[in-house]
Amino acid sequence: MAYKNYILVCGGTGCESAKANEIFTTLHHEAEAQGVKNDVQIVKTGCFGFCEKGPIVKVLPQESFYVEVRPEDAKEIIAEQVVKGREVKRLLYKKNAKTSDTVKLEDIEFYQKQFRIVLRNCGVINPENIDEYIAREGYTGLERALFAMKPEGVIQELKASGLRGRGGAGFPTWLKWDLTIKAKGDTKYVVCNADEGDPGAYMNRSTIEGDPHSILEAMTICGYTIGAHKGYIYIRAEYPLAIERLKIAIKQAKEYGLLGDDILGSGYSFDLEIRLGAGAFVCGEETALLQSLEGKRGMPVPKPPFPAVSGLWKKPTVINNVETYANVSVIMAKGAEWFAKIGTEKSKGTKTFALTGKINNSGLVEVPMGTTLREIIYDIGGGIRGGKALKGVQTGGPSGGIITAESLDQPITYESLSALGSMMGSGGMIVMDEDDCVVDISKFYMAFCVDESCGKCAPCRIGTSQMHAILDKISKGTGTEDDLLKLEKIGKAMTKASLCLLGGSAANPTSSTLRHFREEYLEHIRDHKCRAGKCKDLVVYEIDPVKCIGCGLCARKCPVPCIAGEKKKAHVIDKARCVKCGECFKACKFGAVNKK
Amino acid sequence: MPAAQIEFSKELTAFIDEWKAKPGSLIMMLHRIQEEFGFIPRLAAERLSRSVGLPLAKIYGVVTFYHFFKTTKPGKHRIAVCLGTACYLRGAQDLVDEARAILNLKDEEVTDDGLFSIDEVRCLGCCGLAPVLMIGNEVYGKVEKDALPEIIAKYREI
Ligand SMILES: Cc1cc2nc3c(=O)[nH]c(=O)nc-3n(C[C@H](O)[C@H](O)[C@H](O)COP(=O)(O)O)c2cc1C
Ligand code: SF4
Ligand code: SF4
Ligand code: FES
Repeated sequence: MAYKNYILVCGGTGCESAKANEIFTTLHHEAEAQGVKNDVQIVKTGCFGFCEKGPIVKVLPQESFYVEVRPEDAKEIIAEQVVKGREVKRLLYKKNAKTSDTVKLEDIEFYQKQFRIVLRNCGVINPENIDEYIAREGYTGLERALFAMKPEGVIQELKASGLRGRGGAGFPTWLKWDLTIKAKGDTKYVVCNADEGDPGAYMNRSTIEGDPHSILEAMTICGYTIGAHKGYIYIRAEYPLAIERLKIAIKQAKEYGLLGDDILGSGYSFDLEIRLGAGAFVCGEETALLQSLEGKRGMPVPKPPFPAVSGLWKKPTVINNVETYANVSVIMAKGAEWFAKIGTEKSKGTKTFALTGKINNSGLVEVPMGTTLREIIYDIGGGIRGGKALKGVQTGGPSGGIITAESLDQPITYESLSALGSMMGSGGMIVMDEDDCVVDISKFYMAFCVDESCGKCAPCRIGTSQMHAILDKISKGTGTEDDLLKLEKIGKAMTKASLCLLGGSAANPTSSTLRHFREEYLEHIRDHKCRAGKCKDLVVYEIDPVKCIGCGLCARKCPVPCIAGEKKKAHVIDKARCVKCGECFKACKFGAVNKK
Repeated sequence: MPAAQIEFSKELTAFIDEWKAKPGSLIMMLHRIQEEFGFIPRLAAERLSRSVGLPLAKIYGVVTFYHFFKTTKPGKHRIAVCLGTACYLRGAQDLVDEARAILNLKDEEVTDDGLFSIDEVRCLGCCGLAPVLMIGNEVYGKVEKDALPEIIAKYREI
C-alpha cells in the first residue's frame, strides 16, 4: 500500500515535551476530518537532532522540513500538503528570522557536515515498529553473525573495523570481547551501559528512543560471540520514554524470533532484561554499575580484575556503552571495511555529541572522527548565541576539561582531546561564552562531584569537598593566592589516589581552567572582581546618575525592593540590601544600571 | 505485637512476588514501591524486608545511596528543576531560586497545603531545551523566570 505522503513527527523527549504528541494526534484527527486518512501515513520517529528548532515535522516525499510546529499548524499541513500537494512555506526552515527564503533539507547547515551512522535511523523510522528497522538492513548483522560467522569471525570483523568504546575511555571493543571469550567460566553476561550520567548529555537517550533495535541486535551479537545467554540493559530511571521503547522493542524482537530461545532457528538463545538506575552518577562507572545490577549500593571495586574476567556475579562480563553497541550493528551489517574508511587512523567511525550551552543550534549531532571543533561549533552549531565571544568548550562533563578558542582547529580524536587536557567522554559538548565564569563553572562541577562521590575512598570523598570549599571561597572574594596552589595539590592527590575515575578525574575541570584562565582566578582573589558577573558576591550594581532618566522601572522590578528615587530623577540602589538578582540591570532600557 | 501494616495494591504485591526470585532485583522493587507511594514509606520498607527476607538495614543502605529514592513524602506536584550543566549555563539556578521564593520553600520542604515541593535534578536529557523543568510528567523547556508564576498557578487547580 503506497501513501501519497508520509508525515514524520519527532517523538524524541525534547520535542515530545514541546507538544509533539499533541501535534501527532491532531494530524491524525485532521487527516480523518479532511477525508484523506488513507492518503497519508503519520509516524512518530526518533530525534531529528535539531532540538533547538523543535518540534520538527518532516513530510515525504517532498522532504519538507517544518520547524517549531505547533498543534494548531496540523490543520494546514493536512489541508495544503496532503490535500492540495503544496508545502506550507511559513513553517519551512529558514536561515534566519529576517529572510523568508526557505532552505532545502540537504542545504541546512546543521546537517551538512554531519554523518549519521549511530543516528542513521533516528528521525527516519518509527522506533516502535520492528518492520521499519528490518527494512533498513536491521538484524542482517545478527543473521550474518549467526549463520555466516564463527565467534572468532565477529572478533576479526570488529578488529578490522577499529571500533573503540564510546563510553569515554576508548578501549578497543574487539579486545574487550576477546578477553571475555578467553575468560574461564560457563556463565557469561552482556551488559549495556545506558546510565548516561554526564549532566548535559543525551546522545544515548536519543539513540535508544530513536532506534532501540540497534542496541538489542548488537547485544545479541555480543552474546553469541562471547557465549552468553543473558544480557542486561542498565538505564537511567529518568528516561521513561527510552525505557518504554526498549520494552516494546524487546517484545517485538521476541515475537519475530530475533530474541529469546533458538534465535532464527540457529539453536542460539539469548534473553534481555531492563534494569533501572536510581540517580547515581558513579553507577556509570562499570564496576559500580555491576554492583548496582546486583541490587547493592553502587560503589566501585578495585580493578583488576576487570569485568571481562570477573564481572556481574563474578562472571566474565562485557559491558559497553549504548553508542558502542549501535556501531556494532552497523559494522556487522555493512562490513568492517566500510566502517574503517570513516574517521582517522586511530579513531574510526563517527562520534555523537550533545551540543548545548551558549550555542545557536543546540541539538544532537554526529560527525566523523577528525572533524574539528570549529566545524561543530560554527558550521553545525551556527556559532555562539547573541554574537558573543567563545570562552571555551567542555567535553567529558565533570570528568573533562575546557578547550579554549586557540585549539578549535584540532581534529577530534580520542588522543587529541586527551592531549588538550580534556577527554572524549561520552559526548557532552558544552559551549561557554564570555558571560560564563571559570570559577563558577569549576565550582559547579565540583559540587556535582561532592554530591556524587560514593564516599568509599578518602581522596575523593575528602578531596572533592575541600576543593569545593576553596572554590566557594574564591567565588566569594575571600580566597588567597595560596589557595590556587592548594587546589592544584589536592587535585593531583585525588587524580593519583582515588579508587575510581570519578575521583580520579574530578579535578580536571578545575585544573584545566586554572591552566587556561589563571588570571581570572587571580582577579577574583586580588581585585574581588568577577568579570563575567556570575559570582554574585562580587558583583555590584550601581545606577549611573547621568544616564538614568528616573523612569522607575527598575524600582518596580526589584524584588527587595531596594531602589529609591523621585520620578524623573536619578534613582539609587541601596547596596547593603541589594540581593544581586540583576533584575534592574535587565530592566533598564537606558543602560543606566552598571554591573561591576 | 503485630507489626504495623501498610496497604500494597494487588499490582505491587504481584510485582514483588514476580521479582523477588530474580537475582539483584531490590532496586527494581524499590522503584515500583516509589511509583505507588511517591516515596519509600518506612512501613513499606519494613514490609518489603519481611516479604523478601532482606534485613531492613540493607534495604535502607540501598535507598539512601541512590538520589532517586525519597524517604519523605513529596508534594502532590513535584517540581523538578534541572541543574545539569546545559540548564545551569542558561540560568537554571535563577529558576530554582525563583520557584522557591514563589512557594516560600527551602530545600526539599513541601508547601503547607501539600501541593508542591521542589527538587533539584541533574539533567532530564532534554538539554536542547535548556533550561528545563518538569512538573509531574510534563516537561517545560526554555523556561523564563517570569513564566514561573503562571506555570505553577496551573497546578493549584488540579
Ligand atoms: C564516574 C564515571 C562515570 C561513567 N559514566 C558512564 C556513562 O554514563 N556511560 C558509559 O557508557 N560509560 C560511563 N563510564 C565509563 C564506563 O566505566 C565504561 O568505561 C564504559 O561503559 C565502557 O564501555 P565502552 O567500552 O563501550 O566505552 C563512566 C566512568 C566513570 C569513571
Ligand atoms: S573515587 Fe570517589 S566515587 Fe570512586 S570509589 Fe572513590 S569515593 Fe567512590
Ligand atoms: S530603569 Fe534605568 S532609567 Fe529607569 S529609573 Fe532605573 S536606572 Fe533609571
Ligand atoms: S542539562 Fe538540563 S536537561 Fe540536560
